Amino acid sequence: MPSMTRRQAYEARQRRRATLIAAGSTAAVLIALIVLIPLTPGWEAVKHSFFNARVFEKTFPGLLNAFVMDVAIFAWCAPLIAILGLLLAVARDIRNPALYPLKLFSIVYTDVFRGLPVILVIYLIGFGIPGLGLPRPWNSPYIWGSLSLILVYAAYVAEILRSGIESIHTSQRAAALSLGLSSSDTMRFVILPQAIRRVVPANMNMFIALQKDVALLSFIGPVEIFRQAGVYKSLMANFTPYVGAALIFLAITVPATRFADHLMNKQAKARS
Amino acid sequence: MDRLELRNVQKSFGQTQILKGIDLTIEPGQMICLIGASGSGKSTLLRCMNLLEPIDDGAILLDGADISEPDLDPQPIRQRIGMVFQSYNLFPHMTAKENAMLAPRRTKGLSRANLDAPVSELFHRFGLGDRMDHYPDQLSGGQQQRVAIIRALAMKPEIMLFDEITSALDPELVGEVLDVLRALREEGMTMVLATHEMGFARELADKVCFLDQGRICEEGSAAEVLDAPQQERTKAFLSRVL
Ligand SMILES: Nc1ncnc2c1ncn2[C@@H]1O[C@H](COP(=O)(O)OP(=O)(O)OP(=O)(O)O)[C@@H](O)[C@H]1O
Ligand SMILES: [Mg+2]
Repeated sequence: MPSMTRRQAYEARQRRRATLIAAGSTAAVLIALIVLIPLTPGWEAVKHSFFNARVFEKTFPGLLNAFVMDVAIFAWCAPLIAILGLLLAVARDIRNPALYPLKLFSIVYTDVFRGLPVILVIYLIGFGIPGLGLPRPWNSPYIWGSLSLILVYAAYVAEILRSGIESIHTSQRAAALSLGLSSSDTMRFVILPQAIRRVVPANMNMFIALQKDVALLSFIGPVEIFRQAGVYKSLMANFTPYVGAALIFLAITVPATRFADHLMNKQAKARS
Repeated sequence: MDRLELRNVQKSFGQTQILKGIDLTIEPGQMICLIGASGSGKSTLLRCMNLLEPIDDGAILLDGADISEPDLDPQPIRQRIGMVFQSYNLFPHMTAKENAMLAPRRTKGLSRANLDAPVSELFHRFGLGDRMDHYPDQLSGGQQQRVAIIRALAMKPEIMLFDEITSALDPELVGEVLDVLRALREEGMTMVLATHEMGFARELADKVCFLDQGRICEEGSAAEVLDAPQQERTKAFLSRVL
């Protein structure tokens, strides 16, 4: 192994020092929390109803099972969101005056659905459309709940894609057109592939948010993890199932968020 | 091969008129150099010839047909007039070869298999046979610019427009790009070049046009314009750049 230069040795010492200080201060805070929280008057009650090991053990497998439904809803919504978002973003970029109505629709659409709370859309569509008295299976809250998520999230994804499209320098467009490519081929083969790559991290964050918002469908019926946790809570008169549900969400969303951050950093580095 | 004729071409951006009436005829096989100060409208003129910018007045004739008609579909015209830019503008998500094959594939309905031989031949001819599968960011500036030229040539254009294609290059890379132009010149390609390379203009140009204040202030053979300019403004410009 080559020996370190003076500079490297100095930096290694500095790093060790910084790590030590960070570890020390973190430990101090943790110890303080562990010592102080149990001293609060309500701690015993909170511990019993939120951090109950017995309840946790009993309900956790059932929660995991219910979470499969969250993942399934996510899995069928995500591709449809991607497709609708892409169509909206492309419609937004239309320059042909004959197709202006499409562009206008895209603008109004994204404004409306980004302007509404997700839960409101879920209520309006999830209760409203089945209220028309549709026959089975068309009155299923799974369908209309999913549709609500798709409609809302497509608006966000379209906005992100649009920012990606706009971030591609006009010289790329000029180069493609100068070769005699049509505007639609220019969009499809030159602009979009670059734009989509550029907004992958932002869209990942969007899809992480989607995975969490699937829980909102529980308000109109589907039995997914949040609803299941509520059932357990009533059965056992204990809030620990909610803590279990939270842990399951975190197990998915934290690594995914880290990964999106990692991609974002990598892109920022590549561009500088 | 067709001649390109500009007649009284005018172009404004907002309130500022950049081109105030340009008349220029490019005969088949000619090489024409546009020189002029920064901001004199060289790039704008080339972009108008490629229909990337619509002109306000006047006409551009290709083989006698007016291609500046506002409601004309520019796509087939652009396929006949290639353009290379100062900043290369390669598509960064495609290999060099894919860059060159995209437009012929999409506009002429040729398959990759059909294009492989002629496109590879272009890469070999310009010394890039071993770089075809590289992405643009894996190539030097000079190599990228040569790929950009190959990409335009793959469309088999009748006329090529070059907009200061060596200005963004390190001095030691300029030569390899100019060699490509020399080779094209020998093949009889019709070319219009905006350039600051006066030596190169002197060596190869059939005609040099000095652009100033939106007009062609002086034109003639390289010897006439560069060595014995008649106009005061040409003299002033040349004394600044030579
Ligand atoms: N899209 C545009 N919108 C507004 N003004 C423009 C646009 N393109 C060019 N101009 C202006 O037109 C003028 C001529 O620009 P042009 O790029 O044609 O000059 P040039 O001779 O190529 O200069 P250079 O040698 O610096 O490349 C400049 O003043 C420029 O600011
Ligand atoms: Mg220019």
